[in-house]
Amino acid sequence: MNTFPVATIFTLSVAFYSAGALASLATWQKPALCRYLCCGSALAGASFGGVAAVLGILQGTPVRWSVSSGIPLFAYSFNYDALAAFFNLTLAILASAVSIYSFGYLKEFEGKRNIGFFGFLFHLLLLSLTIVFTAANAFLFLIGWEVMALVAYGLVTFYHEDRETRRAGLLYMVMAHIDSGCVLLGFALLMQVSGSADFASFRTAAVHLSSGQQAAAFVLFFLGFGIKAGVIPFHIWLPAAHPVAPSNISALLSGIVLKAGIYGMARIFLDELGVLPSWAGLLVLIVGVASAVLGVLYALMEHDLKRLLAYHSIENIGIILIGLGAALVFRVAGHPQLAAVALIAAMFHTLNHAIFKCLLFLGAGSVLHSTGTRNMEELGGLIRPMPVTAFCFLIGAVAISGLPPLNGFVSEWLTYQSLLAGFGATGGLTRILFPLAGSMLALTGALAAACFVKAFAITFLALPRGGKSSPVHEAPRSMLVGMGWLAFSCVALGLGATWFLRIFGTMNEQLLGSRVGTNLITARGWALSAGTPHGGSVSTSVIAIALLFLLIPAVVVVSIAGRRFARRRGPAWDCGLPGLSEENEYTATAFSKPLRMIFSVLYQPRREIQAVFDVSPYFPKAIHFESEIEPTFEKRLYVPLKDLLLRFATQMRAIQGGSIHAYLAYIFVTLVLLLLFGVHP
Amino acid sequence: MTVLLAKAGLQLLLLLLVAPLLSGIIKTLKARLQTRRGPDILQSYRDILKLFRKGMVIPETASWIFSATPYIVFVTAVLVGLMIPMAATDAPLSLFGGVLAVVYLLALGRFFLALGGLDAGSSFGGLGSSREMTISAIAEPAMMLAIFTVALAASSTNLSEMAKVAVSQSWKFLAPSQMLAFAALFIVLIAETGRIPVDNPATHLELTMIHEAMILEYSGPYLALIEYGSSIKQLVLMTLVVNTFFPFGLSSDWTLRGLGVGLLFYFTKMLLLACLIVLVETTNAKLRLFRVPELLMVSFIFGALALISTFLF
Repeated sequence: MNTFPVATIFTLSVAFYSAGALASLATWQKPALCRYLCCGSALAGASFGGVAAVLGILQGTPVRWSVSSGIPLFAYSFNYDALAAFFNLTLAILASAVSIYSFGYLKEFEGKRNIGFFGFLFHLLLLSLTIVFTAANAFLFLIGWEVMALVAYGLVTFYHEDRETRRAGLLYMVMAHIDSGCVLLGFALLMQVSGSADFASFRTAAVHLSSGQQAAAFVLFFLGFGIKAGVIPFHIWLPAAHPVAPSNISALLSGIVLKAGIYGMARIFLDELGVLPSWAGLLVLIVGVASAVLGVLYALMEHDLKRLLAYHSIENIGIILIGLGAALVFRVAGHPQLAAVALIAAMFHTLNHAIFKCLLFLGAGSVLHSTGTRNMEELGGLIRPMPVTAFCFLIGAVAISGLPPLNGFVSEWLTYQSLLAGFGATGGLTRILFPLAGSMLALTGALAAACFVKAFAITFLALPRGGKSSPVHEAPRSMLVGMGWLAFSCVALGLGATWFLRIFGTMNEQLLGSRVGTNLITARGWALSAGTPHGGSVSTSVIAIALLFLLIPAVVVVSIAGRRFARRRGPAWDCGLPGLSEENEYTATAFSKPLRMIFSVLYQPRREIQAVFDVSPYFPKAIHFESEIEPTFEKRLYVPLKDLLLRFATQMRAIQGGSIHAYLAYIFVTLVLLLLFGVHP
Repeated sequence: MTVLLAKAGLQLLLLLLVAPLLSGIIKTLKARLQTRRGPDILQSYRDILKLFRKGMVIPETASWIFSATPYIVFVTAVLVGLMIPMAATDAPLSLFGGVLAVVYLLALGRFFLALGGLDAGSSFGGLGSSREMTISAIAEPAMMLAIFTVALAASSTNLSEMAKVAVSQSWKFLAPSQMLAFAALFIVLIAETGRIPVDNPATHLELTMIHEAMILEYSGPYLALIEYGSSIKQLVLMTLVVNTFFPFGLSSDWTLRGLGVGLLFYFTKMLLLACLIVLVETTNAKLRLFRVPELLMVSFIFGALALISTFLF
C-alpha cells in the first residue's frame, strides 16, 4: 500500500510540533522572536496535520506504518484510519485557530512570563494529542496519554501564583492519574488475553474475551476515558481546572483534550472490544443524559464566564455520549444502519462542540484580555467597544444552543433522529429510555439557550456594570482572525452539513461495517435525511436561504413604512421610570433566579441578607447579599470518599512504625509470598 | 421548483392573512364570554397597520441586536408556517424541515427576543427574558415527549408524512396515547403562546407580565413585526395541534376543490380550538410564576403516559 503522502505529511506535522517545542525553549530570552516561532511552528504543524487528515479521510483505506523500537511489546506503530483522521482533523482546525489567536494573545506575556516555557508545553500538548489519536500500540498510546496529562497540568497551573490555580491543578492531577491508572489496567487486561500490545491484536483477540473480562475491560475504560472527558460524576476537576488556565489553553482543553476521552471510547468500544452487550450501551446513554442535564443546570448558576463554558463542556460531552451509547445499543441489536446514524451524530457533535467551544473560550479570553475580569456581573455593553468579538461570540452562542441553521443544530437533529429510531429498534421496557432521553435532550437544549442568552446579554449587551472606568478596546487583529476562522467553520459546517457528512461514510464502514453517510442525503443534496425511507429530513441551507428571502420583504416594508417618521434614539422607556443606570440593570444572578428556585432540590441554594439601617429597616443604608448553591457532588460523594481514604491511610500508618526489624520482616514475607506465587502460578 | 414556490406563495398569503384574524377572533370570543362587547375581529389588522405607520424610538443603550430581533422573530415564524400542513397534507417546505426544525426555529426567534429584551438594559426587559427562557425550558421536555409519541406512530418527523399517516387513520385520536399526547401538547400550547394561566397577553402589570415585558422597549414598525410574528407563531402552533390530532378534511393534493374543502375544515377546527383556549382562559386565573412548573410537570407526565400507552394498547 502506498503510505507515502499521509505518513510523510503526518510526520512533517509531528516534526514541526517537536521542533517548535525545542525552538520555544531555546529562544525564551527573546520574547518577541519566541512568540513568532512558537505560533508559527504550531500553525505549520497544524496545517500539515490538517492536510494529512484530509488525505487520510479521502484515502478510504487505513494507512498503517510501524517503526520497531527494540523494546519488547513497544513499537512506534501508527494507524491512520478514518477515526484517527477525523480526530486529527478536529485537532488541526482548533490548533490552527489557537495558533493564530496566540500571536496577539501572548503579546501581553512579553516581559512578564516565560513564553518559551509556555510554547514548549503548548507544542507538547499538540504533539501528545496527535500521538494519542494515531497510536496503534497500547504503550505508545499510554505515553501520549500521560504526556498529555502532565503537560496539561503544567498549562493549567501556568498562573501558579494564584492559590485557586494551584488547588485546581492538584485536583486535576489526582483525577488525571486515576484515569491513567484505569486505562493502563484496561490495556493490561487486553494484553493478557492477546499477548501483544498492538491494537490490531486486541481486535482479533476480542472473540476470546469472556463476557466477564469484556465487562471488566469496558468498566475500566469507561472510567478512565469518562474521567478524561469529564462526565458526571467524574467531572469535578473540569470546572475547576479549565477556567484558571490561560484562555487559549482553556480553549484547547475544552475543545480537544476532553475529546481524547471520546476518541478513546470510540476506539475501544467500537473497534477493540468486540460487540459489547446492550447494558454497556445503555449505561453510556444514561450517563450521557445525566451529564447533559446536570452540566447545563450547573452552568446556569455560574457567573464566571469561563466556568460557565466549562460546565457547558460537560453538557456537550453528555450529548456526544447519548449518540455513542445509542450506537452501541443498535450495534448489538443488529441495526448497523441505525448505529451508523447514531455514530455520525456523536462524531459530528464532537467536531461541532470542539469548534464552538473553542470559539467561545477564545471569545471569553478576548473579554478577559480587554477587561481583566471573568465575572459577568462586572461586565456589560461590550458589544460597542468590541463588535467583532461580540459577533463571533454570538455565532458560538447560537451554535452551542443547537439553533438552526448552524452546526450544533445538525448534530442535535441527528441525535434526536437516532433516539426516535431507538424506540422501534429495541425491545422490552428499555426502549422507553430513548424517547425519555430525547425529552431530556430537549430540556438540555432549551436550558443551554437560556444560559447563553444570559452569557451573551449580560456580557455584551446593555450598559457596563460595575462602573469600570478604564476604556475597553477591541482585541488585536490576530485574535479576531483566530475567532473568525472558527466562527466561519460553525457557519460552514451548519450550512454545508449535507456535503460534509459524506466523510463519515468511510468511518462507519471501518468501525461498523455499514456504509451510511451518503444515503443520509436527499433532495439532490439539499436535505439531510434520517436514513429511513419516509423519516424526517431537514435542510439547513434551504432554511438559511428561505430566511434570507423572507427577510427582504420585511426589511422593505419596514423601511417604506418608516419613511414618514425618522427613527429616533431616545432614553429607554423602562415603564416610565427615568434615569436608567447600570445599578438597576438585570444581573446574571437575577436572570437565573427562576431556575434556581424551580430546581432548588438540586441546588440547595443558601442565601444571606443583612441590611444596615439607621432608623427604620425600610430605609437601609447598605445591604449585604450573599447567595451560593451547594456543590452536591463534592459534598455528597467526594468529601466522604476523601475522608474514608484519609482514615484508611491513618490506620495503615500503624504498620509503618519506623522499626527496621518490622521492615525487614515485611521484605521477608513479601519474598516468600512471591516465591510461592512463582512456584504455583 | 416553480410548483414549490407557488405553493409556498399561497401558504405564505394564507399565513399572513389568517394570523391576525385568529388573534382577533380569540379576543372577541373572550370578551363575549366575559359579557363585554370587546373589539371587533378585524381590530388586530388595524393595530398592526397602525403600528407600521408610527414612528419609533430606539433606546440609546441598545445595540444592533435590538434592531435585528424583530426581523428574526418575524421571519422564523413565517418560515415555520411554510413547514406545517394547513389545508393540504403536503406542506410546501416539509421536506426541508420537520417538527424538530419547527421547534428549534421557534427557539431561534425566542433566543433573539430574549436578547432584545435585555439589550436596552431596563430591568423589565431582563425580567421578561428571564421568565420567558425559564418557562420555555421547562415546557420543552413535555413538548418533545408529546411530539415523539406522535412521530413514533408515523416513524417520521416530517410533518407531511405525519399528516398522511394521521389522515389514513382519522379516528386515531380516540386512542389513549393520542388523547394524552393532545392534553400534554395543549398545555404546552398555552405556555408557548403566552396565555392564561401561564402568561396574560393583556397585562401590563409589571409583576405578572412575561412576553409583554420583553417587548416593552419596542415601538412602531418593530413592534408591529414582533406582534405580527407572535400571532403567526400562535397560528402555527394551533395548526400543528389540530392537524396532528384531528386530521379531518386535510386535502391530499393542491387542487382547487381539495383546498376549498380543506380550508373549510381547517377554519372549523381552528375555531373550535380557539373556543377551547378562550374557555380555559376565562375560567382560570393566572398562576403564580412558581406554580407554572407544576402545570408543565402535569404536561410532562401526560406525555410520558402517552408514550407508555403506545406500547401497552
